[in-house]
Amino acid sequence: MNSNFDRTIPEGDVMRRRSTLLQRMHIDGPLLLILLMLGAVGLFVLYSASGKSWDLVIKQGTSFGLGLVAMIVIAQFEPRFMARWVPLGYLIGVALLVVVDVMGHNAMGATRWINIPGVIRFQPSEFMKLLMPMMVAWYLSKRSLPPSFKHIVVSLITIGIPFVLILDQPDLGTAMLILASGGFVLFVGGMQWRWLIGAVAAAAPVAVAMWFFVMHDYQKRRVLTFLDPEMDPLGSGWNIIQSKAAIGSGGVFGKGWLLGTQSHLDFLPESHTDFIIAVLGEEFGMVGVCLLLCLYLLLIGRGLTITIQAQTLFGKLLAGSVTMTFFVYVFINIGMVSGLLPVVGVPLPFISYGGTSVVTLLCGFGVLMAIHTHRKWIAQS
Amino acid sequence: MPQPIRLKDHEKDARQVRSRVFIGMAVIAFLSCLLVARMYYLQVMQYDYHSTLSENNRVHVQPIPPTRGLIYDRNGVILADNRPSFSLTVTRERAGDWKKTLDTVVEVLGLQPEDKELFEKRMRQGRRPFEPVPILFELTEDQIARIAVNQFRLPGIDVAAQLVRHYPLGEHFAHSVGYVGRINEQELKKLDPVNYSGTHHIGKTGIERFYESELHGQVGYEEVETNARGRVLRVLNRTDPKPGKDIVLTLDANLQAAAEKALGGRRGAIVAIQPRTGEVLAMVSQPSYNPNLFVAGISFKDYAELRDSIDRPLYNRVLRGLYPPGSTIKPVVALSGLDAGVVTPSTRVFDPGYYQLPNYDHKYRNWNHSGDGWVDLETAIMRSNDTYFYDLAHKIGIDRLHDYLNRFGIGQRVSLDMFEEASGLMPSREWKRVTRRQVWFPGETLILGIGQGYMQTTPLQLAQATSLIASHGKWIRPHLAKTIENQPPVDSNPMPDILLKDPANWDRITQGMEAVVHAPRGTAHKMGATAAYRIAGKSGTAQVVAIRQNERYNSAALKERHRDHALFVGFAPADNPQIAISVMVENGESGSGVAAPVLKEVADAWLLDENGKLKAEYAKPVVAESTKP
Repeated sequence: MNSNFDRTIPEGDVMRRRSTLLQRMHIDGPLLLILLMLGAVGLFVLYSASGKSWDLVIKQGTSFGLGLVAMIVIAQFEPRFMARWVPLGYLIGVALLVVVDVMGHNAMGATRWINIPGVIRFQPSEFMKLLMPMMVAWYLSKRSLPPSFKHIVVSLITIGIPFVLILDQPDLGTAMLILASGGFVLFVGGMQWRWLIGAVAAAAPVAVAMWFFVMHDYQKRRVLTFLDPEMDPLGSGWNIIQSKAAIGSGGVFGKGWLLGTQSHLDFLPESHTDFIIAVLGEEFGMVGVCLLLCLYLLLIGRGLTITIQAQTLFGKLLAGSVTMTFFVYVFINIGMVSGLLPVVGVPLPFISYGGTSVVTLLCGFGVLMAIHTHRKWIAQS
Repeated sequence: MPQPIRLKDHEKDARQVRSRVFIGMAVIAFLSCLLVARMYYLQVMQYDYHSTLSENNRVHVQPIPPTRGLIYDRNGVILADNRPSFSLTVTRERAGDWKKTLDTVVEVLGLQPEDKELFEKRMRQGRRPFEPVPILFELTEDQIARIAVNQFRLPGIDVAAQLVRHYPLGEHFAHSVGYVGRINEQELKKLDPVNYSGTHHIGKTGIERFYESELHGQVGYEEVETNARGRVLRVLNRTDPKPGKDIVLTLDANLQAAAEKALGGRRGAIVAIQPRTGEVLAMVSQPSYNPNLFVAGISFKDYAELRDSIDRPLYNRVLRGLYPPGSTIKPVVALSGLDAGVVTPSTRVFDPGYYQLPNYDHKYRNWNHSGDGWVDLETAIMRSNDTYFYDLAHKIGIDRLHDYLNRFGIGQRVSLDMFEEASGLMPSREWKRVTRRQVWFPGETLILGIGQGYMQTTPLQLAQATSLIASHGKWIRPHLAKTIENQPPVDSNPMPDILLKDPANWDRITQGMEAVVHAPRGTAHKMGATAAYRIAGKSGTAQVVAIRQNERYNSAALKERHRDHALFVGFAPADNPQIAISVMVENGESGSGVAAPVLKEVADAWLLDENGKLKAEYAKPVVAESTKP
């Protein structure tokens, strides 16, 4: 009924309200602008962090371009169309995670990839990053808010299955992000404070159990290293000590582009992936870090505006979760590199080298654009 | 069609979401401030500290490699120790133009241009920043002096003292202890980079490889302050490494030497096991090689020589050598027949010199073409009568035979701690169907009865099967490590003991094997005539079929290598087994003629005292022993 109805809006009416090219392409101007700026900053820093490697910069640029295309394609879909296919997508995603886990156990080691040689190679957990909030948002949007206890329990189970599967891969960073993205839907959906606090309180014994039964040695070591970096100064502690020294030695204004000694003397491992903020901090100082943070906050502000303006409950819940999860990326990454949080392997959005993460993130913003730009069709009905 | 959200909830939902978004914004703002505060702390408040750290004085963490555990024989003779050695190291970050520096090194030491290429290859394996990479090992006094004199021209080059593995007994234990070598790229990927950060060598084979994690130990480190030119100013902090565990082996250096002497320079393999404990007392694979060559990095020429030698010194015949067991398998087949109930000790078979399957023309020949007449079980073992065992194998059938021989370790890895042991092959219907896509033929069962056909065993498996007969089926995996830092090794996958329906059958088989050595018509009675104690044994020959097509080209050299391998297994004393031995002499032709005397010489070395008398502790025990099941 509704979709047919939408198409009957007179031609002139539509043209009047969506006159610009961007609007016709379902692109949100402010979002696109900030994303392009972040992308440019990312390539700029990557050039320095990778030791002036054009190769990496071009690869990363290509990934960013691909991600933009994916974002625009996703923006064309109506959110209600997405909602219809979410349950199926979720089931497929969980099935793929199970396949990866089984394969991983057979290979006697960790694997996060599905690899059909010559055809495709991808991480199902990346899909889950988008499907997770969609699934919970779809479920809750059909119920009245705030969610009742029963609905919260069902949502938690929905979140828990992929969480445990990814944790088992083992990939603590992604598992936490997926937990967060599902949790934010519940939070935005108005889950009562007492249950929110109750869930957090219940997580403590679960975390203790995880420590003893689920976590791998290297993950335990990371947490221990966080608590006392001096304990393992040759291994993971080395990264923290060096990244703190890199950031700290940058001062207020930094040493200048391409002039960071810590990163360029190879003191800093993984300087172009997870620890890239240390390079930025060293070369552009506190000013550089704050400017980058401002860009992120602008992006988040736009995302939250879209959340408030969204007209379906599904859109509101989804947009809120995607935006808040994005902040979790930023916070965890900068927090871990500067020694506030344990090292869990979360990339800095759009700056860290890595094609998969860039494409997934841009897909998330594609969803935001879809929510925002398809809004007016229903609004006028 | 799904119902859209109910209108009456719409406004409330929107308010709900809006309030949560505002809360979210507040939290995000707070956490962002936290990040900014952290940056302020690091970059403004601690700026001086970090900037000094990074600009003027650099604090480095240097790994201190642990001392590798030592390896002893059972009497405390040292088989692998660590000797101080000097090596030349380069620290790339301090070397400036390091390629130019390498040129200077080559010039100062008077080396060849190829050495520089080798240096560059080794440099590429550098791992941690400011980690010195060793490029040349075992420096001589002269070389150290030359480096010292030219030190001013060699930035970043140091002479480092380190402990390097040494094998005092060289080739005698190369096949059991193995050796260490430089860590290669592949191993680097699998290793714990932290624990191996100061280590340049890793066990490549043998005990060194199997017990690598025990022998290696735990890395230590020291924090040092260096100046801008990279010289160490002072040590700030030091955590000592934890040395690797010492391992005492079950091997006996004296027995090992006696066994090598007994083999008399021939190619072959000897394994001696103590049946009661599963301890491997001697393990000889001849010819051998000098493991010390591999420690510092073997030259290509030396390696090619070892690899391409027709005698195959690198080949571990004990663990990897696969031979058809020949007649040495007959005692086990006989036990299977008795336990399966298809024969009794007194069942007799007439031997006209051959055996025929019902309805088949093919004649399976006895080695003694004139035939032995009526033979029972004991005679069949004593005379190594093929006809009897064709008949017996036929009666047992392939399925039961496969199960029984499997339980004796044929076709499986038997050792507890030996690296790269071959599993051999015990064929079955299933195996043939899968690998050859053919059904099992009855004739193939017959020749298994005399240890020919598809069956392949290692000398270690034969020794273990013999040891099982000696210990009446008590399964203890043969092992080389007696203790690891005073702890005996633990078998995480023990084999089930062999329980016979009638335990008396153990003694019947032992009697047959004693007859082989001590009865006048036994195949090895010549060896038995001079023995100071009773030996239970069995001879065998393994046919050599490989390289036959080359015969024509190099007949003088190859003919000798086409002769059968001589095998002999046995344990002694027969009534109180102290040692079970398997001997394989390559191209020795006669099991009873060539391999049996070798076995006796090894057993003598273990059992006799200096007067040629059986040692008192090995004499027959008092009655109590024999009541064991």
